[in-house]
Amino acid sequence: MAQTKRDLLIDPLVDNNPITLQVLGICSALAVTSSLEVSMVMALAVTAVTGFSSMFISVLRNQIPGSIRIIVQMVIIASLVIIVDQVLKAYAYEVSKTLSVFVGLIITNCIVMGRAEAFAMKNPPIDSFVDGVGNGLGYGALLLTVGFIRELFGAGTLFGFTILPTVNNGGWYVPNGMLLLPPSAFFIIGLLIWAVRSWKPGQVEEREYKIQVVEGH
Amino acid sequence: MGLRNFFDRIEPNFVKGGKYEKLFPIYEMVESFIYTPKTVTTAAPHARSYVDMKRIMTYVVIATIPCIIMGLYNVGLQVNSAYETIDPTGWRAWIISSLGIGFNAGNPLANFAHGLLYFLPIYITTLVVGGIWEVLFATVRGHEVNEGFLVTSMLFALIMPPAAPLWQVALGISFGVVIGKEVFGGTGKNFLNPALTGRAFLYFAYPANMSGDTIWTPVDGFSGATALSIGASQGYQELAANGMNWMNSFVGTVQGSIGEVSALACLIGLAFLLITKIANWRLVVGCMGGMIGFSLLLNLIGSDTNPMFAMPWYWHFVVGGFAFGLVFMVTEPVSASHTNVGRYIYGALIGFMVVMIRVLNPAFPEGMMLAILFGNVFAPLIDYFVVQANIKRRARRHV
Repeated sequence: MAQTKRDLLIDPLVDNNPITLQVLGICSALAVTSSLEVSMVMALAVTAVTGFSSMFISVLRNQIPGSIRIIVQMVIIASLVIIVDQVLKAYAYEVSKTLSVFVGLIITNCIVMGRAEAFAMKNPPIDSFVDGVGNGLGYGALLLTVGFIRELFGAGTLFGFTILPTVNNGGWYVPNGMLLLPPSAFFIIGLLIWAVRSWKPGQVEEREYKIQVVEGH
Repeated sequence: MGLRNFFDRIEPNFVKGGKYEKLFPIYEMVESFIYTPKTVTTAAPHARSYVDMKRIMTYVVIATIPCIIMGLYNVGLQVNSAYETIDPTGWRAWIISSLGIGFNAGNPLANFAHGLLYFLPIYITTLVVGGIWEVLFATVRGHEVNEGFLVTSMLFALIMPPAAPLWQVALGISFGVVIGKEVFGGTGKNFLNPALTGRAFLYFAYPANMSGDTIWTPVDGFSGATALSIGASQGYQELAANGMNWMNSFVGTVQGSIGEVSALACLIGLAFLLITKIANWRLVVGCMGGMIGFSLLLNLIGSDTNPMFAMPWYWHFVVGGFAFGLVFMVTEPVSASHTNVGRYIYGALIGFMVVMIRVLNPAFPEGMMLAILFGNVFAPLIDYFVVQANIKRRARRHV
């Protein structure tokens, strides 16, 4: 593959973003983005897991038998997730409580498995690591964007600091309660995908059908 | 016809290659609003009918007139009644006093005028903001601005609480038009009702301004519960103690959103829509059937803890937004089922869900909005199964 390491890192940020182009990892993106802090921790956790799992799987790629490769990959990913979970519990207990099951569910995040299957099994360790980190950052970039919008307009704060003083605290901003509910992330991600695809029309998928205009005689 | 000549003279500027080519949708909107659209079908089947899209939309707007009149009267009535104990304040009170109309709740004209001062700002905001989105999308995408927006904006304004802040109205109609309609390609391709989509957005985004006891009469310091919230907390038998009987709920002199209070006005609109064949009677029958059937069942089951179980169907019909939703939203042709059998099922599903949400879900006292959106989502699926069943039945006939 002619991709440089720089491409591997930069490409997944916009051009090949795991969420906006491949629409993977949506579930956690809906669930954890109600505040920016939590989004950032989640982004870092996923980046760490994708990066290292891709690297380790790539190291072992010639030893893993094809028929049980998914199980081996799962073992590696699960071990890394447990480490991340323990680190979070030790150093960021409050955030880890908010994230609750979603740290554990990184195991099932399609992005991690996807990179392992699609890239790490066929490429050398360093490239796989860069690719994993790149995809984690692409996921994180979107998480932070969504988290930024949801926390700012849903609660009037960013990282817990008041930006728009809300009416309840004597300010002027009426917070949009919808943005604190998970479905709002669905709308925001949808609108972001729309925006990205308007910016880069190459990402638009081809229609599965064609509307035919029948000319009269 | 001077006007026709005027349109013919300026038209070359707007067609392809003209100076204002990009503004064609706006030209087309104004022209087809005044004259019949010139487009004809180019391939078979050709159907000739005077009831085109424009006619349908105009008829629906006409059908809302009784609701508008009753709604305006009722908003004014509620405000003027509240002003008997609370001093009038605000710019509306100032206009009313300087015109010398007064705050007499017994004077229908004074009520109507006062209600108008609440409705007009909401309606104008809806039209302007929604219209801007509509024209923007039409210009960028090159499709036509459709009269459907007149219906959407009127319905949206009528289901707002009179005290709704105007910026929320603007936000709601923006969401309704963009997410409920334009992202799917515009009028005719929306599977959700745009007005209800906007209303649902506001309901979840700003619950304090869209539900509760203080929003139905826009007077500071006045609190008036809707029949449904009293029914949910104390039981419908207690409504009389709160000054509500079946008759005034039917006529529409109770607390509620601007246009939805009067079941009577909705029925007049329904009669008009049924006579002109704009609304499909199967949808109405299905919805009434589902509502009556399920509420009778709940009456039979009964409950010691939940007083809503005992609410009879004729009360369900007059309280909340049921009648309004039934007449103007369940019957909306685009988002409803398109097969005849499907229409019964679709209607019954909504009727069933309304009672379900009102009675069994403690979180929402009113269920019409959510029930219709729920039905909208299922309409294509219902059609699919009806069509498949038909294909299977015909296949069996010819083994």
